[in-house]
Amino acid sequence: MTKPRLPRLLHSVSLAALSAILLAATPGAGTAAEAVGEIRIGFLSQTPEPPPSVANPDEPAADDGLAGATLAIADNNTTGRFLKQSFLLDSVEVPPDGDAAAALRELAGRGDRFVIVDAPGATVEALSKLPEARNLLLLNATAPDDALRGGACAPNLVHVAPSRAMLADALGQYLVKKRWPRWFLVTGRRPEDKLYADAVRRAAKRFGAQIVAEKDWTAESDVNRTAESEIPVFTQTKAYDVLVVADEVGEFGDYLSYRTADPRPVAGTQGLVPTVWHRTHEQWGAAQLQSRFKASAKRPMTARDHNDWTAVRVVGEAAARARTADPDRLIAFIQSPDFTMSAFRGAPLSLRPWDGQLRQPVLLAADRSLVSVSPQEGFLHPRTELDSLGYDQPETLCKTRGKTTP
Amino acid sequence: MTAARFTGKTTGISRAALVAASATILLASAASAQTIYVSNEKDNTLSVIDGKTMAVTDTIKVGKRPRGITLSRDGTQLFICASDDHTVQVFDLASKTVVHNLPSGEDPEQFALSPDGKSLIIANEDSNIVTVVDVPTRKVAFQVDVGVEPEGMDVSPDGRWGVNTSETTSMVHWIDMEKRAVVDNTLVGPRPRYAQFTKDGSQLWVSSEIGGTVSVIDTATRQVRKVVDFHIKGVAKDRIQPVGVKLTDDGRYAFVALGPANHVAVVDAKTFEVKDYLLVGRRVWHLALTPDQKMLYTTNGVSGDVSVIDVDSLKVTKTVKVGRYPWGVAVKG
Repeated sequence: MTKPRLPRLLHSVSLAALSAILLAATPGAGTAAEAVGEIRIGFLSQTPEPPPSVANPDEPAADDGLAGATLAIADNNTTGRFLKQSFLLDSVEVPPDGDAAAALRELAGRGDRFVIVDAPGATVEALSKLPEARNLLLLNATAPDDALRGGACAPNLVHVAPSRAMLADALGQYLVKKRWPRWFLVTGRRPEDKLYADAVRRAAKRFGAQIVAEKDWTAESDVNRTAESEIPVFTQTKAYDVLVVADEVGEFGDYLSYRTADPRPVAGTQGLVPTVWHRTHEQWGAAQLQSRFKASAKRPMTARDHNDWTAVRVVGEAAARARTADPDRLIAFIQSPDFTMSAFRGAPLSLRPWDGQLRQPVLLAADRSLVSVSPQEGFLHPRTELDSLGYDQPETLCKTRGKTTP
Repeated sequence: MTAARFTGKTTGISRAALVAASATILLASAASAQTIYVSNEKDNTLSVIDGKTMAVTDTIKVGKRPRGITLSRDGTQLFICASDDHTVQVFDLASKTVVHNLPSGEDPEQFALSPDGKSLIIANEDSNIVTVVDVPTRKVAFQVDVGVEPEGMDVSPDGRWGVNTSETTSMVHWIDMEKRAVVDNTLVGPRPRYAQFTKDGSQLWVSSEIGGTVSVIDTATRQVRKVVDFHIKGVAKDRIQPVGVKLTDDGRYAFVALGPANHVAVVDAKTFEVKDYLLVGRRVWHLALTPDQKMLYTTNGVSGDVSVIDVDSLKVTKTVKVGRYPWGVAVKG
């Protein structure tokens, strides 16, 4: 915080008087007998190197993700002052080819019982299987893999980021509501693109849309130079309403809009994007979080920042609600039906007991405007409309978690 | 054609109700003419509604992002939180001009006036602070640290307590106005938005937007005594997001604005039972009662209008179009 706290007011209150006031306002001053409960939260991040073919005009910030976690620790501590709880972020960055297991052992060795994992799905899965992770709670902040919530699920692993199925369902509901049910699916060459495409196919089936055409993008040439000639030819196909693209690293998806043979919108990983956060989002108090984040990080909040913010807040909210700093009790409380929290997207977030996934609304955003928020009206669910996104209880492939109904 | 058009205009309100409403308005205005002030958050304006004709008589440009508004005790001035100008504007009702600004701290959102009218206690949403301004001298009297995103504010009728709700911390902070310090905290449901003391000061009612509840807190113990829950047939539970609360002086009703559920709940303030849900405009947030307690006005952000509720019959009698995102409302009797 380089910004002075009370820029406009110092002239009217003397500094000495002010510090006396702040001291007096500190709750628990004079009741030193009560111990402060310290909650240590580990933060393990690993950022894969982007492939050289990607020309990203928006270079991610060096503290992308971590800045969200840092703000959430400050938020937790502001609340914690009133409850005699303090929160500490214990951050470690693992290089793309580094030893994540060693990093986790180190965090566990320091007594961190909560570890936010901001890393690719393969790392998350490997870490969740380590014997040292057995009595930790790992919070998968960013990996969207449905397999992590399905066959590879684990009792010590919860998922803060929405899965690919949830993202695709959020988009699918909107496209169906708009009566744009004929989709042309274009899939990139990476394994994660195939997974995204699978989620789009699943969404089409669930909501009564049709994939009328499918093509794989395999071009080896520099799309930046060839897009204008290649894409009109590539996109000649049967009649469709929307081109849905699966290109998670952003190799070619941004070049599709305005170049398709037919004038059709683009959605998916580019164009109209399902995401947890967007710089234009301001409803449900989001404007406050946006400005608080901007003041502390000096840049707009990204989806990755928001996922990490949410992960740290899950622990903070649980500690405030359960009124304890005891990790065992907190781990149980987070996974209980009593746990809910607000995250500036309207409906409260809570955990699905069958796969450890955080239920949440999903934003649909274009570059400079928020288009909609899913679940869309009319997609009903007997428990909560949020469960119309992603794998519902009867469909789950997770076997190592309890079957208790929330 | 003329007849058909006339019917079209009165859709949703029976002719009898309209007549009854006008009668009530006439009765109310016989004592004194009422004027309703509404802040339009996205237009940077104030809409002025004539309580007799229910027509907007004026739209006045004010500071950026006006949200909370409240009348001075003598009824000659309106305090306006101009959030994006980081100030509280003092608006003179007779001359319709901003006469001066008060030092409010960063991003003021809501405030409350002490019973003697001398202290304005203001929530500074972006800096986790409550600022108390001495109105006559226009100086900051003191500031206290509170939880994340302070919002709801009230002062107890005896002037002893200033209360603030913090949205992300989900607490009520009890500020001892004499000691100038937070001396107690009460945990309530997620995202508390609004706080109001009962007329006798024995209870504090606090809405929780994401919790979907209203907590009734006993002032003497600062403990939650009752949590009021809401259920509207055909409306999903997570769309019921309580914000504004208004208690009638006679202790009979609590009115609760339920946000995107587009209803105002009528709660029996003695038994804490919900008696009725009244359909109003879209995203209803804040409420104001007339001084005679006969009418209730609501701000409906998404539909950009104000609903008028007759308190005796518990019926919505009229909808008045105002600016974009109406937020705060105040009634001069």
